[in-house]
Amino acid sequence: MSNQRIIVVGGGLAGLMTTIKIAEMGVPVDLFSLVPVRRSHSVCAQGGINGAVNTKGEGDSPWEHFDDTIYGGDFLANQPPVLGMCEAAPAIIHLMDRMGVMFNRTPEGLLDFRRFGGTKHHRTAFAGASTGQQLLYALDEQVRRHEVAGLVQKYEGWDFLCAVIDDEGICRGIIAQDLRSMEVRAFRADAVVVCTGGLGMIFGKSTNSIINTGSAASALYQQGVYYANPEMIQVHPTAIPGDDKLRLISESVRGEGGRVWTYKDGKPWYFLEEWYPEYGNLVPRDVATRAIFKVCVEMGLGVDGENMVYLDVSHIPAEVLNVRLGSVLDIYEKFVGDDPRKVPMKLFPAVHYSMGGLWVDYDQMTNIPGLFAAGECEYQYHGANRLGANSLLSCIYGGMVAGPNAVRWAKNLRKSCDALPESLYEGYRRREEEKFEAILKMDGPENPYALHRELGKWMTDNVTVVRYNDKLRQTEEKIVELMERWKRIGMADRSRWENQMAQFTRHLWNMLEFARAITRGALLRNESRGAHYKPEFPERDDENFLKTTKARWTPDGPVIEYEDVDVSLIKPRKRNYAVSKEATKE
Amino acid sequence: MSAERAAVAERTVHLIVERQDGPDAEPYEEEFEVPYRPGMNVIACLMEIQRNPVNKAGKPVAPVVWECNCLEEVCGACMMVINGKPRQACSALVDKLEQPIRLQPARTFPVIRDLVVDRSRMFEALKKVKAWIPIDGTYDLGPGPRMAERDRQWAYELSRCFTCGACVEACPNVNERTSFMGAFAISQARLFNAHPTGAMHREERLEALMGEGGIHECGNAQNCVEVCPKGIPLTTSIAEMNRQVTYYAMGAWLRR
Repeated sequence: MSNQRIIVVGGGLAGLMTTIKIAEMGVPVDLFSLVPVRRSHSVCAQGGINGAVNTKGEGDSPWEHFDDTIYGGDFLANQPPVLGMCEAAPAIIHLMDRMGVMFNRTPEGLLDFRRFGGTKHHRTAFAGASTGQQLLYALDEQVRRHEVAGLVQKYEGWDFLCAVIDDEGICRGIIAQDLRSMEVRAFRADAVVVCTGGLGMIFGKSTNSIINTGSAASALYQQGVYYANPEMIQVHPTAIPGDDKLRLISESVRGEGGRVWTYKDGKPWYFLEEWYPEYGNLVPRDVATRAIFKVCVEMGLGVDGENMVYLDVSHIPAEVLNVRLGSVLDIYEKFVGDDPRKVPMKLFPAVHYSMGGLWVDYDQMTNIPGLFAAGECEYQYHGANRLGANSLLSCIYGGMVAGPNAVRWAKNLRKSCDALPESLYEGYRRREEEKFEAILKMDGPENPYALHRELGKWMTDNVTVVRYNDKLRQTEEKIVELMERWKRIGMADRSRWENQMAQFTRHLWNMLEFARAITRGALLRNESRGAHYKPEFPERDDENFLKTTKARWTPDGPVIEYEDVDVSLIKPRKRNYAVSKEATKE
Repeated sequence: MSAERAAVAERTVHLIVERQDGPDAEPYEEEFEVPYRPGMNVIACLMEIQRNPVNKAGKPVAPVVWECNCLEEVCGACMMVINGKPRQACSALVDKLEQPIRLQPARTFPVIRDLVVDRSRMFEALKKVKAWIPIDGTYDLGPGPRMAERDRQWAYELSRCFTCGACVEACPNVNERTSFMGAFAISQARLFNAHPTGAMHREERLEALMGEGGIHECGNAQNCVEVCPKGIPLTTSIAEMNRQVTYYAMGAWLRR
């Protein structure tokens, strides 16, 4: 089959790496993205990318990286793919360096590495404090090369609507909408890889970008892809509270020596250093977030009585800060008005990352054959809590696995998508077009942006750091209510040209479907593990819940199944960051 | 509610938005008044209009359409003309702007709708100057070239360009009569010519800069460096590339 094409949806790190891998094998790619790929959310990653290159004489190794990642994720991740990622990490960093990423250097001109949370090693390569942007640009440039060579066709400004699935249940293409002309079109492909990122917008305000609604992944969940570990939502300890967004202040600030504190009895109290003497300010995110939450919400010791703590780098020389953390400190200065080189920053936790996502096998294929997933939209690498600087790695690695596997799948197909009847595609296309037409005609009193704000507040209040079953049940009821009210939205914009409101209304429905699965997953997991914490069930319960949650969509709400976790390489042990990792091993 | 908070609740932000329903439609002005909140930016004002799409006269309208994504000045999407100056809407804080706040699309680019413009010519320019490192492949070929940290630091400054187009919007030499690619593309050519591997192919980029829409179209107005939100030394880049192009052209002449 010579005219094969593969579709990649999403132009962040995972999508671009997938695209490069496929193009490198000589197979043409149609690349779909909501925004010009250079503006994807990967640009927001700041601190760095992990890889045990071991240049600091610390005896670091991929296995140590693997152990930190599994332990940090509270043993919920299947272990073999995580080991694969950690083993590939040093070569990935070298590859990105060869692509021209301006990584910080040592005096000898070698790559420099810094510390991050949940490890004792200098393992994080970084380009100032805009590493995600720099990595994304490098991949964007390589994709542009393939575009010029004719192997990549970009569809920027297109919204993924659904997968086309044939009679045998195999994914054969997609339906997408041009967000300018609002035209709905069908695209054939012999394999589809979705790399559509996270879903922070479900929580209203988060550290995520505007496009991170999870809409594409949710549409696939509604088509039968399992949504794995939906309840595992990472809340980052340090962000700037804001009216339009919660702006991330990177963990690398603590990696470079930043200290978290608040006043207690009139004196600075470095509570992370006191509670976790072994890891101090570099405990993993779930631990740091819960500690800040406890100090502010339970003890009422937030700065000025508000929900904020100090993050202080004013003791570090400004020259050092500028070279290693410049862009993130600039963000604080620009949006808050104070210079963090001189005064401590005032910050609070914010929803940041979804460890859960579309279920995939070790080849990155979902339970719909021919449909693959990579990057934050899938669930595979971070268990119940992601370590900082592992997300850029998992995106790139996921793409490196998904791309070649998608090609292999396409080559082994008995029947190419070209042999399928036009009626299959036209049926899907018409259904999606009708859905859009119905949205344009909506004529009720509700406003989709106001409904979104309401959803975000409920999710943030009840399905983040501390979870109670009664509140989770109320949230489920609220989501069902919002779904009813969604049907009474009024479309203030009826234009058939660049209609953002109609598109957002579609995404809002998909957010509501995902929110329901997140809440149900949280309700049924009666234990505390990683980012998922229930005061009513404060301990990890391996006997009942060392299991992957698998949410299956039904019209009446999600149905939850469980699957055993592959713990064949490292035996689960209790997490305790107050002591060294060695002390937790038998 | 304290007196101070009551005063905040009553304060509003006055916006005048230059709207346009489509590429060929006539532009028109529409005024909006949205509730003020401390620390809010232009994006928060536009979001307020989305939640309550009513203009200042109280008439229901379609919400204003604009581009944005990261909201922390790292993606480059939300560049528009705010009170006459091209800049990112996310970092335009209401407290620091004179009211009424006037929002216009960056008209050096084709307007799609309201504040949304088509900046695809910028990505085409990146193709033209071959703004990439031509690696052999994504296989495991060992470490990259060493680089002095000092050189890395200024190259990193150039690499932070997020293709927002403010430099193109501000440039008087980008107009209907010229095809000038813009300062950002020249600066990107400099970045890749500085990289040890990129330097092996520097001639290709210099030739592109000598071609149509190239560096000779720069009129040295220096507006670009004034408006660059990341403070990239664009005029230094242009001067350096002028030097490289001149030496390259002389060399080519001598080799004849």
